[in-house]
Amino acid sequence: MDNNMKMRAQLKGDYTEVKVLMSHPMETGRRKDDHDQLVPAHFVQLLTATLNGKPVIEAQWGTGIAKNPYLTFRLKGAKVGDVVEVTWHDNLGESASQSIAVTPA
Amino acid sequence: MQRRSFLLGMLTLIALAPVKVWAALWNKTAFEAVKINDATRSLNISAEIPTQDIVIIAPDRAENGAIVQVEVHSKIENTEAIAILVEHNPTPLIANFMFSNGAEPFVITRIKMAETSDLKIIVKSGTQYFTRSKNIIVLENGCG
Repeated sequence: MDNNMKMRAQLKGDYTEVKVLMSHPMETGRRKDDHDQLVPAHFVQLLTATLNGKPVIEAQWGTGIAKNPYLTFRLKGAKVGDVVEVTWHDNLGESASQSIAVTPA
Repeated sequence: MQRRSFLLGMLTLIALAPVKVWAALWNKTAFEAVKINDATRSLNISAEIPTQDIVIIAPDRAENGAIVQVEVHSKIENTEAIAILVEHNPTPLIANFMFSNGAEPFVITRIKMAETSDLKIIVKSGTQYFTRSKNIIVLENGCG
């Protein structure tokens, strides 16, 4: 599976806007495939974000987040060059992590 | 059919439950609750105070329930967490975001909606919980 995340962190005046696009099937466990078999649940359960190593967002997710999850959040007090890192863990024990530096808008 | 697939789904979930330290953080009871009130109870939410200080930007009508973009921000002092629920989804609790160290109480994400339903936002501030809902008409089911 392609675990790459697309990330952008831009300083916009008094806040930094972070946009994240993840690659994940987000299977609910209720969908049936072409052979009428249930596709096992496979979804991100935990997402964390840090700014220069300090936790800023901790999110728990269920199966109701759309496939290839998209997230925007905003941070106060970040400067250009600061590092935002996002990590997810799913119900099958897979995880991915990516970091990006804050850039001017 | 409904019950069978639900039971199969539950068995699958149990069989695949990961044995990881962080999994202890995941509120299994709340996320697997099929009734919205059971989900909120499992988040330890008791009294909910209706408020206009939660801003919800979401479509009135969603063409495709598989991807519904939702923007939420809270104007409530000391917002610690924002929970997103969809009353008529098979499991209503979608997400619970917790903010710290300068993260603004703001989030944009994309959710699935099985059918026309209220989208319900619950904000935690200290020991109080505030709520606001918005009805979204879903034209095509997104919870296959």
